[in-house]
Amino acid sequence: MATVSFRKGFVLPHRKFTEKSKIEALGMPKKVVIPLQQHIGKECKPVVKVGDSVKVGQKIGESEGFVSAPVHSSVSGRVVEIKEWLHPLGKKVLSVVIEGNGKDDGFKENKNVEKLSREKLLKIIKEAGIVGMGGATFPTHVKLSPPKEKKIDTVILNGGECEPYLTTDHRLMMEFSSEIVKGLKILMKVVGAKKGFIGIENDKKDAIDVMRKAANGVEVVKLKTKYPQGAEKMLIKALMGRVVPLGGLPMDVGVVVNNVGTAKAVHDAVYFGKPLIERVVTVTGDVNEPKNVMVKVGMLVKDLIKECGGYKGTPKKVIMGGPMMGIAQSSDNVPVIKGSSGVLVLDDVEEPEERECIRCAKCVDYCPMNLMPVTIAKFGRADRIKQAEDYYANACFECGVCAYVCPSKIPLVKWIKYAKGKINENGKPKR
Amino acid sequence: MENLNVSGSPHIFERSSKKRIMLFVLLALLPAAGYGVFLFGVRALLVMIVSVVSAVLTQILMQVLVKRKVKVDGSGVVTGLLLGMILPPTVPLWMPVVGAFFGIAIVKWVFGGFGYAMFNPALAGRAFLMAAWPALMTIWRGVDGVTGATPLGALKIGGIKTAGYFELFMGNVGGSVGETSALLLLIGGLFLMVTKVIDWRVPLAYIGSLSLLMFVLGEDPVFHVLAGGVMLGTFFMATGYEGMPLTKKGRVIFGIGCGLLTVIIRLYSGMPEGVTYAILLMNGFSPLIERWTRLRPFGYVKKVNKNG
Repeated sequence: MATVSFRKGFVLPHRKFTEKSKIEALGMPKKVVIPLQQHIGKECKPVVKVGDSVKVGQKIGESEGFVSAPVHSSVSGRVVEIKEWLHPLGKKVLSVVIEGNGKDDGFKENKNVEKLSREKLLKIIKEAGIVGMGGATFPTHVKLSPPKEKKIDTVILNGGECEPYLTTDHRLMMEFSSEIVKGLKILMKVVGAKKGFIGIENDKKDAIDVMRKAANGVEVVKLKTKYPQGAEKMLIKALMGRVVPLGGLPMDVGVVVNNVGTAKAVHDAVYFGKPLIERVVTVTGDVNEPKNVMVKVGMLVKDLIKECGGYKGTPKKVIMGGPMMGIAQSSDNVPVIKGSSGVLVLDDVEEPEERECIRCAKCVDYCPMNLMPVTIAKFGRADRIKQAEDYYANACFECGVCAYVCPSKIPLVKWIKYAKGKINENGKPKR
Repeated sequence: MENLNVSGSPHIFERSSKKRIMLFVLLALLPAAGYGVFLFGVRALLVMIVSVVSAVLTQILMQVLVKRKVKVDGSGVVTGLLLGMILPPTVPLWMPVVGAFFGIAIVKWVFGGFGYAMFNPALAGRAFLMAAWPALMTIWRGVDGVTGATPLGALKIGGIKTAGYFELFMGNVGGSVGETSALLLLIGGLFLMVTKVIDWRVPLAYIGSLSLLMFVLGEDPVFHVLAGGVMLGTFFMATGYEGMPLTKKGRVIFGIGCGLLTVIIRLYSGMPEGVTYAILLMNGFSPLIERWTRLRPFGYVKKVNKNG
């Protein structure tokens, strides 16, 4: 089958140094810090007290409201503190600090998965605290509950992994192919979709082969290696030719997109009753032993780095996520959360000197949303927010291609984000 | 580990820079400039050297005057060389100095310097010289060393073609220092298009619209493409980033506009040549064209009026 893609976008350097390293399971951490908000939506209410002992998988935070997801303890041990802690998104969030005792009782297999109804499956997914694991952390059960008038006919799994350095999804597909396919089938059943796609960039040929063998009725499609191929609108266009209307969601064109990691988590929740308490993280860049590890949610990044041989030199940046959209951390005393796909350490940070715009239009030529980034940024910088909005600032999803290709190294994403912040603070509807 | 660098995403960048762009443009210009020296002698070389030196010095002077950090990025060299190449080889040597000063100090830096010059500084310099000293700007020297009209001039005044296609293509004709050889300019232009320094749409639209209109009006399209400043103008002046729209559609319209204006000036004005004014005029229209051709985002749906 032909390789498919979308319009515009840019081919980035590969730099996936850990693509051949098998996922390594780390032991139970001695201490975890579990934020009560690891998703887009409302913060959870703690349901444990300081001094309580907890087990692996025990719920410690109850979700409040519909757009929210509960959190669970990833270790067995004792709650020592409940306090505000630095979160990977840069703010402080109420978090449960647990001292682990190294025990793990495991989970029991559910033999009757076939008989579970859609409603029951949805409840399991919700209770397991599953959120989008590609990084967006949108609660999965919400995504799977579209309004009645939106008929979903297709579920897409995103195995694009278009960010350089990251290899979590790649290794998941190599090592858990049948679990991913089973997870996809559950997702299809929940939304009543007939069709299932798994899109994989063609720089992961081995994963395409493995997934095709495991496919069992769903279609595995080769995608062109081009950034941001994993963005859901680009993925839907590439796989199905459907265009999500501006300001709309995939469900507007009958599609639900999930990350392959999310499908694996759904599988674990349904088949083993295991909530989302661990995930694969690529630890890469300037660490002594770059690798892919299965990490308990709440493990501190500094402890994780120690497990990977420590820092190679003096880090300048520690990034949660990939180099294009990841967030640089002020400290490594932050926990791994459900959406942490990678920890990228950079010693030698490129801090390019900004120059004047020469109007070369490269940002315009490569923007996957077909925007005019330099124009929006210019208006944002000048606080001319109305004009920034007229040039569709809100359609930007901050993939970073514009700033990456800019020969004058203008921080375009920064100014577009600023403009978006101003537009949306006035309480105007999002486009 | 605390107090790490928290600058925003993306955290990696492509290694492309303004310097590379300027270097490529210079490389692409050199063959045609060298041919000018071969054709018109040391005098042509002097014109270009004086022009480049004055352009670079004016650029430095202006940066000092507006209290910016002095940066030499090659754009002064490019502007200076371009100006030298569009002057007659016979001009007194103070003229490139004045032209470079006007182009860079007035047209580029009064508008804000790097990235803000709406009009091509080299063309603006030439336009200023033409307006101020028209007589000095129109003393042409033929290839045989004697004073004579350019092929376009001869066509305008006497209605005769003094050069054939082959001579025009190779550049063995009178004209400005670096504009004569269509072949060498084409090679330079192709090099810049292949390396994506310039957008191919502009030359294509320019040459296409010019030849089509000339043909429709019963003129010789090949002659008009090869003679005069079209080749130098379309590849090296019209494609200047600062003076053209950001959008691809806008660039096509821009190129077509350049072609139409060149035809109108060449055929219906008192001047034999119109490339300079055509491009400068279109530079002025560029922001408007950009607004007309504003891009619609991916997924854009036209708002439907439900009442009607």
